Amino acid sequence: MAASGCRGVRSILWKYGSCAKNLYVSRSKMVPQLPLRQISVASSLWKKNLAAAGPQKFTQEFIDKQLEEFEVGKRHLANMMGEDPETFTQEDIDRSIAYLFPSGLFEKRARPVMKHPEEIFPKQTAIQWDAEGRPFHFLFYTGKQSYYSLLHDVYEKILAIERHQDKMRNKGLFASDTKQILLTGSRWLLKEEIEENLVENISDQDYLRLIQLMEKLLSMPYCSLEEEFILKFRKQLEVQSSKYQIPALQYDPQGVAFSVADGRRKTAKASITLRDSGSGNITINGRNYLHYFPVLQNREQLMFPLLFVGMMGRFDIEGSVEGSGHSAQAGALRLAISRALLSFVSEGEVEKMRQAGLLTADPRIRERKKPGQEGARKKFTWKKR
Amino acid sequence: MCSGNMAAGVLSGVRQVLRGPRLLSAVFSCHGQTFSSAAAAVKSAPDTAVTEKILNFPLTQPDYFHLSELFTMKDLFEARVHLGHKKGCRHRLMEPYLFGSRLDTDIIDLEQTAELLQQALNFTAHVAYRGGIILFVSRRRQFGHLIETTARECGEYAHTRYWKGGLLTNAPIQYSPGVRLPDLIIFFSTLNNVFQQHVGIRDAAKMNIPTVGIVDSNCNPSLIAYPVPGNDDTPVAMEMYCRLFKMTINRAKDKRRQMELLKGISASV
Repeated sequence: MAASGCRGVRSILWKYGSCAKNLYVSRSKMVPQLPLRQISVASSLWKKNLAAAGPQKFTQEFIDKQLEEFEVGKRHLANMMGEDPETFTQEDIDRSIAYLFPSGLFEKRARPVMKHPEEIFPKQTAIQWDAEGRPFHFLFYTGKQSYYSLLHDVYEKILAIERHQDKMRNKGLFASDTKQILLTGSRWLLKEEIEENLVENISDQDYLRLIQLMEKLLSMPYCSLEEEFILKFRKQLEVQSSKYQIPALQYDPQGVAFSVADGRRKTAKASITLRDSGSGNITINGRNYLHYFPVLQNREQLMFPLLFVGMMGRFDIEGSVEGSGHSAQAGALRLAISRALLSFVSEGEVEKMRQAGLLTADPRIRERKKPGQEGARKKFTWKKR
Repeated sequence: MCSGNMAAGVLSGVRQVLRGPRLLSAVFSCHGQTFSSAAAAVKSAPDTAVTEKILNFPLTQPDYFHLSELFTMKDLFEARVHLGHKKGCRHRLMEPYLFGSRLDTDIIDLEQTAELLQQALNFTAHVAYRGGIILFVSRRRQFGHLIETTARECGEYAHTRYWKGGLLTNAPIQYSPGVRLPDLIIFFSTLNNVFQQHVGIRDAAKMNIPTVGIVDSNCNPSLIAYPVPGNDDTPVAMEMYCRLFKMTINRAKDKRRQMELLKGISASV
């Protein structure tokens, strides 16, 4: 009876089967003293919830052991390669490993590597409490201690300035036209830069809140008391025009100044020599520009840099250009003329030229044709059926 | 219900743990995992009679830290602690603590407040004496800075910001595996910015952490271990509470340091 019951159960489990594994430990007939034991274990219990575990954490002792092994292994490697263990550097290690374990894998990070444990194991934040378990920072239990402590400090400064204001008012020395902090030419630090400073992640709303608090601090009349603190959160913007490399002004044997510059557009490459005290002649590839560029638009492109700085009849231009089509060649020549002009023009004019777009290389190139389409963008005729 | 007995009852587990760590799970059985508790704070000292005496002797006295001299009922009145909200905001469970109402404004019974505040301060002092972690919580933006400054000055912790869901209940994942949770949470205002009960009260009750709370006439005092009926809206009242708690905690810590020094002297002698 027990046997049939068992078989019945087993058949049911066979039907609804794969989710649970059942082990039947011996039958009462064969070994009378062992009881019938049924162990039912669902396989879902065996699977580790890998997502919930988070990034793997290593204990300090584990990392210390790895460090020891690395040092010892380094000396062994040096001996193997027949070199001096004392002066075995990281480059030597890399070279030796590449020699002993040659790998044809394309992914560099998949190749065998022997590096200092600091570089392999990710840095973990240090323990933030002392031996008794008491955290060091008084805002530890908020979760974002550095960010909230920063807000606390900024508010503290606002209160201090308000108290100062009240004192001045009481003395009758209050003046609303006090020294203001110069903010032109700087911007607030970005969210990423603040995260870097605080060594903590903050959300967008947190960042906006911080900027609002700083603006409030700035709106007070006596904010110059905390100028140094505020400037820590502002980053100076670099002057863009100082980044350009001005071609050197060279002199002819006759004493005439000239400068040489290059320009590119699509596949066209151009090189220009700009000579001073000329009369506005333009020669390209040995021919007059009227012959080389019959189209008006291209000649206008050549003229524009000179027109912009107002030095139309002053220079003689000698240029060579190759590649691409007529418009691209005109564009390349224009860029080359603008660059050459930089050495004849003042700082303010350079900034104006930059803002006019004369010094920016046009990055547009021909887009490739894709398979399954007629061209770069054009698709084949769409048929509904 | 004498406060000394209550303190002894709640902290008796501490003494048991000094004897054997296996009892930790039995006493704090509601903890899902073994967090290091207040007991861990004093685990380093050898189990001598002197340490026992230092820890247990204050529990035998009703007012070991002489906290009754810190405030009088007149001080509470002058700090406007008796002023509650209007009749319409009254919480049903606060009715026992109210003296009455005048022109629709509820007046809190200062006799009860004085007694309950005394008990709360006494409990806080004992927790601070035993090296427990105290967390000040409030969600009132008016007094957030004041409370954070108070916490910093007495060497304890504050949380006057947005309360993230699992701070107490999901602590090993929110912070780090070996984190120690607060041993006492003091609520300077039990409501959050939308006039609902602060999540921390429920979470502290779940994690078996005792709470002290300043309950106004629109708050629910049920889950709080040491409710102190009083005004939580006036700056004068809040400054008074902050001052009182700061003085209690500093007194208790100074007393502990004194006892440790005496123990050191007597041990060397």
